[in-house]
Amino acid sequence: MTSDKAMAAHPAIALAHIDKRFGPVHANKDISLEVEKGTIHGIVGENGAGKSTLMSILFGFYQADSGDIQVDGKPTRIASPTDAIRAGIGMVHQHFMLVGKFTVLENIMLGAEGGFLLNSGRAKVRRELERLEKDYGLTVDPDALIDDLAVGLQQRVEILKALYRGAEVLILDEPTGVLTPSEAEHLFRILRQLKDQGKTIVLITHKLKEIMAITDRVSVMRRGEMVATLPTRETSPEQLAELMVGRRVLLRVVKAERQPERVVLEVKNLVVKDTAGTVKVNGVSFAVRAGEIVGIAGVAGNGQSELLEAITGIRPPFSGEILLNGKPLPCDAAQARARKLAHVPEDRHRLGIVMSFDACENVILGYHGDEIYQNGIFQDRRAIVADTEKKMQDFDVRPQDPHLRLGLFSGGNQQKIVLAREIEQDPDLLIVGQPTRGVDVGAIEFIHRRLIAMRDRGKAVLLVSVELDEIRGLADRVLVMCGGNITGECAPETSEKQIGLMMAGAAA
Amino acid sequence: MSGPSRELPRWVDIGLIPLVNLSAAFLVTGLVFLAIGESPVDSVIIMLNGAFGYGTGLGYTLFYTTNFIFTGLAFAVAFHAGLFNIGAEGQAYLGGLGVALVCLSLGFLPMVIIIPLAIIAAALFGAAWAFIPAFLQARRGSHVVITTIMFNFIASALMIYLLVSVLSPKGSMNPETRTFDPNAHLPLIHDVLAGLGIAAARSPLNLSFIWALVCAVAVWLLLWHTTLGYQLRVLGANPAAAAYAGMKPQRLIVIAMMISGGLAGFLALNEIMGASNRLLLQFTAGYGFVGIAVALMGRSHPFGIVLSALLFGALYQGGADLSFEKPTITRDMIVVVQGLIILFAGALEHMFRPQIARFFSSSWFKAKEA
Repeated sequence: MTSDKAMAAHPAIALAHIDKRFGPVHANKDISLEVEKGTIHGIVGENGAGKSTLMSILFGFYQADSGDIQVDGKPTRIASPTDAIRAGIGMVHQHFMLVGKFTVLENIMLGAEGGFLLNSGRAKVRRELERLEKDYGLTVDPDALIDDLAVGLQQRVEILKALYRGAEVLILDEPTGVLTPSEAEHLFRILRQLKDQGKTIVLITHKLKEIMAITDRVSVMRRGEMVATLPTRETSPEQLAELMVGRRVLLRVVKAERQPERVVLEVKNLVVKDTAGTVKVNGVSFAVRAGEIVGIAGVAGNGQSELLEAITGIRPPFSGEILLNGKPLPCDAAQARARKLAHVPEDRHRLGIVMSFDACENVILGYHGDEIYQNGIFQDRRAIVADTEKKMQDFDVRPQDPHLRLGLFSGGNQQKIVLAREIEQDPDLLIVGQPTRGVDVGAIEFIHRRLIAMRDRGKAVLLVSVELDEIRGLADRVLVMCGGNITGECAPETSEKQIGLMMAGAAA
Repeated sequence: MSGPSRELPRWVDIGLIPLVNLSAAFLVTGLVFLAIGESPVDSVIIMLNGAFGYGTGLGYTLFYTTNFIFTGLAFAVAFHAGLFNIGAEGQAYLGGLGVALVCLSLGFLPMVIIIPLAIIAAALFGAAWAFIPAFLQARRGSHVVITTIMFNFIASALMIYLLVSVLSPKGSMNPETRTFDPNAHLPLIHDVLAGLGIAAARSPLNLSFIWALVCAVAVWLLLWHTTLGYQLRVLGANPAAAAYAGMKPQRLIVIAMMISGGLAGFLALNEIMGASNRLLLQFTAGYGFVGIAVALMGRSHPFGIVLSALLFGALYQGGADLSFEKPTITRDMIVVVQGLIILFAGALEHMFRPQIARFFSSSWFKAKEA
C-alpha cells in the first residue's frame, strides 16, 4: 500500500486555488487538491457539492475562473478534453459514451482511427487491446457489439478507451451507479490492478462504503468547498458523512417493532413477459400486509422491474392474479391509483417525472384528474401551486420553488418530490423501487425515515432495491428474486452472504 | 452541478434568439439583393410599406396572417403531444370541402346560423382527415409523418375528382363550385367597419381573423390550463411518464391529431368562406407547410405563433408589392427570402445559441443549488 512519503516528488495531479462560478452559484470555491501518483483517491460529497464541476474542469469541459492545474509537476493548460487526453488524463463518465451498434474495437478506435483507411488502425487497436489485456487482465471480446454486452463490460470498454489513449490518471464518475454488487466488486479488482501498475485513479462517488473499501485517500466536498482530505484508514463512514452533510447523520435505520395486520396486496402465480416476449417474472406469489415493509432483493434485471410494472398497471401480466384489499386489480395505472396504490418508480427519470416541466406540474402527475386540482373545466393553478408548496415544505425540498423546472433540482430533491406526491396521497399500498438511487446521504436518511413512518401508520410497503444494505435496514421481511422466481424468503437479519447466495439462485 | 446547463432567461429564449435568427436571415437576404443589383435598403422600405404602409396592404397582410395562425396552431397542438403533423395542407383542404358543403346546401339560412355551422363543418372535416393517420399511429404505430404526408396527396386527388366531376356546376369547364349565396359569405372587416361608421380600405380581410385570435387564446388555455392539455404535454414530453400516470396514450394521440386537423380546417373559413366564396382547386397553396415554420419560430406557443404568423403574413404581402415594383425581384425571390427565414429560424434555430449562452453565462440565473 501507499505510504504518504514513499511516492515520487510530483503529485500526479495538483489543483491550486481553483475557483468557478456559474452566475450566482459558486460551484468551486478556492479548491486545492493533490492526488499522489499510484493511488486511488476518492472524492465524496452530496449532489451539488461541486465534485462534477471540479472534475469537468480537470477534464477540460469547463475552464476555471482562476487557479492552476499541474499534471505530473508541470503546469498544464487544459482547455478541452483533447488537452486533457494529451496530458494523460482519461475519464469514465457516469453515462457511457459508446456507440451501441459498433463493436468494442470500433468504439475504442473512435476518435483515434489513424488515417483514411480503417484497416491499419484496426490492427493497431487489436494489438494494443491484447497488451492491455495481458497487463491489466481487462478481458473483453473486441468483436462483440456494445449493445450485446452487460453494463459492467461496457464500463470496461470505457476504461480500455481511456487506457488506449495513454491515460495515466483515470477519473471515474459514480462508476458503480449502474453496476450490480458483483460487477462493482469486479470493477474494484480492476482498479486495484491498475493502481499496482502505477496508474492514478480518482473516484467520484457518494457511496461511503466504496470509499472505505478501495481508496487510499479521500477528499470531502461540501457546498463548493473542499472541507477535508484524509487518509482513508484514519477515517470512518460516520465521520465522512458528517463532513459531507455538515451535521451528524444516522447511517443505520432505527425502527420499532410492529405487528403486521391484514393482507393488502396479494400476488398469485404472476407471470410477466417483456416486450420481446421473454418471460421475466415466472409464476411469483407473495403477500404484503398492512404495517410491514416487504423488501425484494436481487441483482438488477432479474424480473423486479417487470414485477413492479405489472402490479402498478403499466405492463399487462401474461397470467396470474393481483389482489388489492381482497379485490382483483386490473392492469390500469389510473384505477390502481384510485384504489389507493401509490408508486414511486425505479427509474425516476424515465417514468416518474417530466424533467422539462415545473415542479408543480410534476406534483400532479398521475393525480392530475383529482377534484382538488380542478376549477370547472380548467385546472386550478392556484390550488396546484399551493399544494406543491405544502408538499415541498413537508418533504424539505430545496429550493422551495414550485415554478422551477424539475431538471434543475438535484437528484435527491427530485426524488423527494416524487415521494411527496405519492406518500401524501395516503395510499394503502406504497410500491417503491430504488428509493435512494442517485440520492445524496442527507436525503437518504430522510427518505428512509419517511418509509418507516408509512409502515408505522399501518400502511403496506413493497420495496425493491438493488442496495442490499437498504433492504436489510428497512424491510421486515426479505424476498429474494433471481431469474424471475422468488428464490427465498428470509428475515432482514440474515447474513449478507446468505442473501447473496439466494440472489445468485441457490435455494435458501 | 452536473453537466453544462443551457438554461437561459425566458425572454432570451423566446425573444432575443428568434430576433437574432431573423436578423441573420435578413442579412443574407440583403446580400442576395445586392448580388442581383438591387438596393437592400430600398427593398426593405418597399416591403415594409407594402405590408403595413397603406390600408389595403395591411388588410392583405392580416389576411395572410390569419391563414398562418390557423396552420401554425394546428402544428403546435400536435407537436406538444409529440406528434409531427405535416398534414395540415390536406386537413385544410378537406376543411374547405366541409365549409363548401354547408355554404352550398344551407345558403338560404341566416348568416348567424350558417357561420357556426361552417365553423363546425370546417373543424369536423379537418379533424376527420386527421383521424385516420392518428388512428393508424395509435393502434398500429404507423408514423404520422409518413401517413399525414400521404394523406395530403390523397386529399388533393379527392378534391380534384370532386371539383371536376361532382361539385362544379353543370356546363362549367372550371374545376370550382358556384359562388355561395351572399348569406354564406363571411363579413369582410372593411364592411363591418363601414357599418360602424369607420372608413377602411378594401381587402379580403374578414371575420376569420378574429376567430384565429380566439383560437390562439383557446389553444393557450387548452394546453396550459386544462387537464386534457396537461395530458397532451406530458405525452409529448415523456410518453413513459404518461403511461406511468395512467393516461391513455392511444386516446390522447387521436385527440391531439383531431384538434390539430380541426384547426387546420379553419384555414378554409378564411380562404373559402371569407375570400373566394367558392371552393377552388389548391386553395391551401402551401399554407399548411409554412405553418410548420410559423409554429417552430413561434416556439409552439400560441402568442409566439401569432407574432410569427404576422411576420410571414407581412412577408407574403410586402413581397408581392416588392416583386410588383421591382421587375428584377421576381415572385421567386420572395420565396427565397421565405426560405432563408425558415432556414435560419427553423433549421438553424440553435446556431447562435452557444454564443448567446456564453454571453449570458455571467448573468443568468441558475437556482440548482439546494
